[in-house]
Amino acid sequence: MEKQLITVCIYTENFVGLLNRVTTIFTKRHVNIESITASKSEIENVHRYTIVVKESPSLIEKIVRQIEKQIDVIGAFYHLEDQTVFQEIALYKMDIENVYEAKFKEIISSHHARIVEIEKNFVVVEKTGTKADTDALYNELKPFGLMQFVRSGRVAITKQRMNISEILLNNRK
Amino acid sequence: METQTKTKTQAKKVKPTAVRISGAEAVIKCLLEEEINLIYGYPGGAIMPIYDELYKYQDQLNHVLTRHEQGATHAAQGFARVTGKTGVVFATSGPGATNLVTGIADAQIDSTPMVCITGQVSSHLLGTDAFQETDIVSISTPVTKWNYQVTKASEIPEVLAKAFYIANSGRPGPVLIDITKDAQFGEIDFHYKKCKNIRSYFPVPKVDLEQVKDAAELINSAKKPFIIMGQGVILGNAENELKDLISKTGIPTASTALGLSGLETNHPLFVGMVGMHGHYAPNLKTNECDVLIAIGMRFDDRVTGDLNRYAKQAKVIHFEIDPAEIDKNVKTNVAVLGDVKETLKAIIPLIKKASHKKWHQEFKDLYDIEFMEVIKDQLNPKKEGLTMGEVLEGINKETNGEAVIVSDVGQHQMFACRYAKFNTTRSKITSGGLGTMGFALPAAIGAKMGAPQREVIAIIGDGGYQMTIQELGTIFQTKVPVKIVVLNNSFLGMVRQWQELFFDKRYASTEMVNPNFVKIAEGYDIEAQRVDKREDLQAAIQKMIACKESYFLEVIIEKEGNIFPMIPTGASVSEVRLK
Repeated sequence: MEKQLITVCIYTENFVGLLNRVTTIFTKRHVNIESITASKSEIENVHRYTIVVKESPSLIEKIVRQIEKQIDVIGAFYHLEDQTVFQEIALYKMDIENVYEAKFKEIISSHHARIVEIEKNFVVVEKTGTKADTDALYNELKPFGLMQFVRSGRVAITKQRMNISEILLNNRK
Repeated sequence: METQTKTKTQAKKVKPTAVRISGAEAVIKCLLEEEINLIYGYPGGAIMPIYDELYKYQDQLNHVLTRHEQGATHAAQGFARVTGKTGVVFATSGPGATNLVTGIADAQIDSTPMVCITGQVSSHLLGTDAFQETDIVSISTPVTKWNYQVTKASEIPEVLAKAFYIANSGRPGPVLIDITKDAQFGEIDFHYKKCKNIRSYFPVPKVDLEQVKDAAELINSAKKPFIIMGQGVILGNAENELKDLISKTGIPTASTALGLSGLETNHPLFVGMVGMHGHYAPNLKTNECDVLIAIGMRFDDRVTGDLNRYAKQAKVIHFEIDPAEIDKNVKTNVAVLGDVKETLKAIIPLIKKASHKKWHQEFKDLYDIEFMEVIKDQLNPKKEGLTMGEVLEGINKETNGEAVIVSDVGQHQMFACRYAKFNTTRSKITSGGLGTMGFALPAAIGAKMGAPQREVIAIIGDGGYQMTIQELGTIFQTKVPVKIVVLNNSFLGMVRQWQELFFDKRYASTEMVNPNFVKIAEGYDIEAQRVDKREDLQAAIQKMIACKESYFLEVIIEKEGNIFPMIPTGASVSEVRLK
């Protein structure tokens, strides 16, 4: 099967070393991780990793089962591009010299980006969207003196209902 | 009456009196709570507080000082494999901990319950490259079922309770708990509660009766069904259920290397071992059966050969406890998840009585071919040099299949799998998945301590023997009556065989110039004998078995003998070669 972008969502306990345990399962199969984020989830004391990989779904299915097998992992799932709503955040540090040009303002507003910080020598622009969105802004801002660029990993919400609370409840019986 | 009731209520309210003890003592108390009375280990700086407590509890806990930490892990594995109980290992930080890694990896891949407790530098030194500091939690992560670093004494009871629960529930495996020295010195109010549930851990999938029904239908309609059983049958204590199933259906049954002894060798429906050096019939018939029933096995590449040409004609049923094994290597038609004892119990009433005599006869006919081409010459060789097969057969004669055979890794291992006979379960112990040379000698020590009433014989090659030969010191000190048979062909035989067959006989670094093994054994006060003539073999084996203490027997084997049948790497099970 052809390689495609896949979002792996993992609900976990919040223990030291667990992220390492999960990433070694990708490493073991020689799969590169495109992006990774960890945060709290909708359930108290349950954490959530969002890992994006470019791989074939059949391989990821096997990897997800190996992840789910880990003791401190509550549930692991994978989703194709159309099964999640996802966003990334990008920050652009711009040289103050050029930001007063009319074109700059136009770019910021047409991309629905915003300026989050103004300092003596630079401004920081923030844009939330898909990778394509933040890349498009990147290309347009580059000629204006892009001093730094950084983009977060993907965060994703699944369209499908997640049954983590039920899993936890059932296992307690 | 009223007063009595009152007293009862009051008694209930009284909290269990917590005792204030050190973290180190808590470790020992946890082990006692888990009914552990045997530990293999090696002391060192970072675990000294625990050893100091161990000293006080000597009357309740037997600590066996191995001569290397790797030996401790294999001994614990040997103990676990014969008893089904959890093996326990102690080691210090740094090199002590890293020396455990091979044994932990071995236990992980062969699903052996083991808890390793390592000392660690004090928590304020973590990450400073302190003396004997290694990040053993990170190092052991990919080869443990679970691991955890304890930095506070108060965590010890709960973490150890979890460790023992995880190691020996569901699909068993190794757990490593790393305890900093300050946590060992710290004080806690000790009370222990056994762990029975972890909210994120689902050790045994619930039996789905639909799956069972689907499997039963497939089995009932099969014309040429074939069972491959694995170690899961032994780990799940499902030997009798398996026997009930095959007796009712007459299905020919083969075993993986690790499943051996789960079904007695002389069972009329046992057709041998599958895999690279398995028997001719079960390998060929894998690609002729119409329903392949895999029970507690994981379709290892040494079993399947080329997956693209493995059992493609068959419908596959997989009885398995670990959902991650389903469809991992071989696509199944019906997966029956759950504890194999439960799932087999559930399926037997749904199975129609059957007999597959004609189909079974085909296995027997192929066995006859294998006997004429391979086995006969092993058991009754015409050539001068001794064969490994005849040594195993000689042992069979003296033990009547009652011994625990612990084998190392290499040619002799495959001979032991193929030629040793077993009447009872948990009698074949070997390093299967990892193929760890040096496994057998320490594992045999653990096996004998786990089953002291049984004869335990380690079958080892001259290569593997020298990887953990220092454990003779453990035998010397503990007087554990292990029988050691070294099959010496002065080669790393399996690698040499591959060099002969696939590398035009370029014997790169496989020839071994060996020391006088008899003298070495005698140095450890172990009675020893060396045999190089056929006429002396049986008497020597007899003498070894009759000996009540540990015994060393070296047998000089023909130098360039090969193990056949063989499925070359990348070939299909159908291409199994007899020569």
